[in-house]
Amino acid sequence: MQSLSNRRGWGFWLQLGFTLLVCALLTVPMVMSMLAGLTANYFVGLKSGLTLRWVDEVLRVYSGTILLSLQIAFACLACTLLLGVPAAYALARRPGRFARMVEEMLMMPVAIPGLATALALIVTYGGVGDLRSSWLFILIGHVLFTLPFMVRAVLAVMGAIDLTTLEEGAASLGAGFLRRFFTVVLPNCRSGILAGSLMVLTLSVGEFNLTWLLHTPLTKTLPVGLADSYASLRIEIGSAYTLVFFVMIVPSLILLQGLAKRGRPSV
Amino acid sequence: MPDSFHLDAVPIRLERCGKTFAGGARALEPLDLTIRGGETIVFLGPSGCGKTTTLRIIAGLESPDPGGRVLFGEEDVTALPIERRNVGMVFQSYALFPNMTVAENVAYGLKVRKLPRPERARRVEEMLDLMHLGEFAGRRIDQLSGGQRQRVALARALVVRPRVLLLDEPLTALDAKLRDSLRLEIDRLLRGLGITAVYVTHDQGEAMALGDRIVVMAKGRVAQVGTPREIYYQPADGFVADFIGTMNRLGGLARGGMLSIGVASLPWSGPDGAVELLVRPEDLALASEADGHFGGTVAAAVFLGDRTRLVVEPADGPALTVDTLGRSELGRGDRVWLRVDPARVLAVP
Repeated sequence: MQSLSNRRGWGFWLQLGFTLLVCALLTVPMVMSMLAGLTANYFVGLKSGLTLRWVDEVLRVYSGTILLSLQIAFACLACTLLLGVPAAYALARRPGRFARMVEEMLMMPVAIPGLATALALIVTYGGVGDLRSSWLFILIGHVLFTLPFMVRAVLAVMGAIDLTTLEEGAASLGAGFLRRFFTVVLPNCRSGILAGSLMVLTLSVGEFNLTWLLHTPLTKTLPVGLADSYASLRIEIGSAYTLVFFVMIVPSLILLQGLAKRGRPSV
Repeated sequence: MPDSFHLDAVPIRLERCGKTFAGGARALEPLDLTIRGGETIVFLGPSGCGKTTTLRIIAGLESPDPGGRVLFGEEDVTALPIERRNVGMVFQSYALFPNMTVAENVAYGLKVRKLPRPERARRVEEMLDLMHLGEFAGRRIDQLSGGQRQRVALARALVVRPRVLLLDEPLTALDAKLRDSLRLEIDRLLRGLGITAVYVTHDQGEAMALGDRIVVMAKGRVAQVGTPREIYYQPADGFVADFIGTMNRLGGLARGGMLSIGVASLPWSGPDGAVELLVRPEDLALASEADGHFGGTVAAAVFLGDRTRLVVEPADGPALTVDTLGRSELGRGDRVWLRVDPARVLAVP
């Protein structure tokens, strides 16, 4: 018996090898790309030396797109919070076929290709005032695309806790609707709201399909700029751009993950 | 118990309170009931009998069908939602707020009532002490046992000094031993507070122990209202008799002022004809062949410690349950004779 548990057979090594191979497959391109952004001349290779020149150039030329991406992402988060959380609450409190239908309809923008959604937006609202040239046009697309993720995440948590009884408990103690919503409903859905926020932020910052059609030369976001630089500039600049993207998004992801873990009710 | 915990005893009156749900299902037939101030009334019945609906109508979580009225004292509260009725409610699942500590849960209703902080802290502490929860004040709800959660739920409902206390199957989620000790605690508390309390349960033991009066319900109707003794000894009909405790059914024949059961004849005042008699297991006694009213064979003997419960099959008719005190050595297959105490026999229509 002991030999079985102590000695690792060929199966173990095979699995380990396979796992490492998959990990390498996923991480090597990322590492290569980031390294490329720090290499003086990519075609010569690492021996040409490391430099921050490309990163510096990206920050100089593209800082506008980075800021706009962040601006859109946080505006998008604000919109999905204001729209999505009450929507999830309404769906959770109202059982029945109609509510389930609305729930499914909300998922539509995820199922329909981003290009199609963007085209529909342009055809319908492209001529409304200055909307077409405003960053708000991109925001509208992003909200449409990310809202279902917020609703789903919050709805999942609301379904797991007995929201109706919790609210009845609060009401029996004299709390009116608004007080119940802010002191009992929202705090107990915190983990879902945080998980949804995480999704919305990352999806919005990285969104390309919709944005590519909706942007104008003056409203370029980071992923669109990235595509441009890969298409038309030195590969080192595109890679440095990717590096900036990682540096921007990873810390906020870690922060939100930490918050979500702390907020999860352990009941 | 400190004097400040003695609460007002507000009577509750239900007038023609029925409930029909969307879709036409009738959950509750129109009901008239007066609950006296300070009284503990227990709604008892199987699931789906309308007892919880009645409680929710009193609470303000459901509104009665048009025409029904709910009165607290002289005040008509029918149109008020639960948050404006000043009731205390204990839910089957407790409905404690997982995002708050024990003390914050108890303080919630006082905060809503905008009590100044020092007064709030004092009353929370007082209530936690009364419920033996002082050491748990800072705990989160998920760190408590079932019994402790139950006591927090009670503390939270009582600390606001509600006009009436409503309890919806508060002990169902607990195991048997804990249920017994908490039942005693609740009983002591309700007597001490003097509050009008409405308690819903499907457990007849709980109903007997806690209720000043019991409302037995079946299929959306009230089957009987009475003290535990009345319900037990004078059940209004066959349903109540069967639902409360164990009841034996005996066939008898009345003729000319005498009732014959088996080989015995007892004086009888009812009309002539076949009579169905109800007898509690403790009102049947073992007897010698000479004294016995009828005989039978022991089909099962269950030793319960303080007594032995026999199932006796008479020559004709359904099996009878008989409780015998003392150290009975009877077992399966033994022949026994039984005696009925005529004063304790019930004839039910």
